[in-house]
Amino acid sequence: MSEGSTRLTDLPVLLPGAARLARRAAVERRAGSPRLALRAEHGFALFAVFVIGCGIAQAQAGADQPSILATIWKWTPLLLRGFVFNLAISFVAMAVGTALGVLLGFGLLSLRRPVKRGAWVATNFFRNAPWLVLLFYCMFLLPFQVKLFGITIPLPDWVKATLGLALPVMANVAEILRGAMQSIPTAQWESAASLAFSRRQTLWMIILPQCVKRMLPPWMNLYAILTMATVLASIVGVNEMMTLTRQALSAENRPGLLLSFYSYVLLWFFVYCYPIARWTVRLEARYAVNV
Amino acid sequence: MAESDSRPIVSLLDVHQSFGKVEVLKGISMDVPKGGVVCIIGPSGSGKSTLLRCINALVPIDSGSIRVADFEVHRLTTDKERLALRREVSIVFQQYNLFPHKTALENVMMAPVYVLREPRDDVRARAVALLKKVGLAAKQDAYPGELSGGQQQRVAIARSLAMRPEVMLFDEVTAALDPETVKEVLNTIRELAAEGMTCMLVTHEMRFARELADTVYFTDGGVIVESGPPAELFDHPKIERTRAFLSQIL
Repeated sequence: MSEGSTRLTDLPVLLPGAARLARRAAVERRAGSPRLALRAEHGFALFAVFVIGCGIAQAQAGADQPSILATIWKWTPLLLRGFVFNLAISFVAMAVGTALGVLLGFGLLSLRRPVKRGAWVATNFFRNAPWLVLLFYCMFLLPFQVKLFGITIPLPDWVKATLGLALPVMANVAEILRGAMQSIPTAQWESAASLAFSRRQTLWMIILPQCVKRMLPPWMNLYAILTMATVLASIVGVNEMMTLTRQALSAENRPGLLLSFYSYVLLWFFVYCYPIARWTVRLEARYAVNV
Repeated sequence: MAESDSRPIVSLLDVHQSFGKVEVLKGISMDVPKGGVVCIIGPSGSGKSTLLRCINALVPIDSGSIRVADFEVHRLTTDKERLALRREVSIVFQQYNLFPHKTALENVMMAPVYVLREPRDDVRARAVALLKKVGLAAKQDAYPGELSGGQQQRVAIARSLAMRPEVMLFDEVTAALDPETVKEVLNTIRELAAEGMTCMLVTHEMRFARELADTVYFTDGGVIVESGPPAELFDHPKIERTRAFLSQIL
């Protein structure tokens, strides 16, 4: 039992748990962010809170006021329009962030030192800066319109907010890509080189295709996190679901509605993100076996 | 094998190589005639694998010279030159290192199609023939993960052959295999040698080395301790170190 370096623990009783924790730590390191651990129980708990919230609001309601469920139902179309806007922001931010992130990830692996250094600084800055701060940067530093080749392109708030959210996504995607590429055994590079593949060919034909599988789970996890972060845009005045909920609440002017309305918003996000989180876990389990 | 071509196809002269402060090769010289079969034996860590990697420029050397066909390997400076060399010298690794996301057939086809830029249909026909030759015609659509170690190693050999190299390097290609599958891989190499392919093998299969090799080199501590025809080296080793090594494993 002397060579303890490769063992997780010396106490056999801890092994199952230790192995699980080590696996989880490895997954999170690869993902570059904590894994979203959504479970069905969380949904039930959330629903219970929602029901309790409705019950309290109902109890506080005056006789002449419409029922709480009717009120929620009345606002639902508007709130859903906001939710769709959240999703649209998440799609665009993810697409832009992924495209930029892949470029930045290549930079991290560049053989040219200045490129590598620059990419490293950018990645670490955008990964570690608070998302809200980045959002404010974009809101207040970007102009409301840009002139390009004589054409004026307006930059509405939601575009700026989307860009602001794309920045941390970019840095995280770069990190995910780097992790995936480094997880490919160097023997693959050597093997390709021995067959006279150039570095570029090796990258595109041999390394990247193997990375896609490994990147998919952490990438989906990042997407779920981003989706939940889109509500930050409400702080800078974008008309997404949180903003609309606040407006609905002030229009109703019934303080008792607070708990039920915000639980309702949470439920929508849960319903959207839960399948993504489950699917991510499934993919991880599958690829862990046969990569 | 015949030494008809007077000029050796691989020629090493006083090759030194080190990783950081650790000197791995301390002056290796050897000549391999065209069509020759050379086996390099020796204890682990004696620099055998590094030697093969130097020959196809996967590892740069510090001093000395290596010539393969018309390439002065130690003078190659650009990636382009190194890649040109590797079309002539192919290496098969201990761990096969197939591309896991491609089928056996695609593994064999990739380099000729993308590196040599030969027409896909020609390459396919040749790849199918090569897989048949190594006894894996039925497995051409299998992924590496679905193949046994011996089968993967034979695919790896077919993959190297698809480049039509002049010299084949085998780096302990049976070390990771179980005894039963070792045989199928060795048979494949035996056929290659019989066809006149120049082969350099790092191996622990002494019986195979004795049967196949023209010359056996015993290396230890980064130098060639003793070399000679297998009958001589195995049966009448001149040097005590060789004798000690052989008595350990034979």
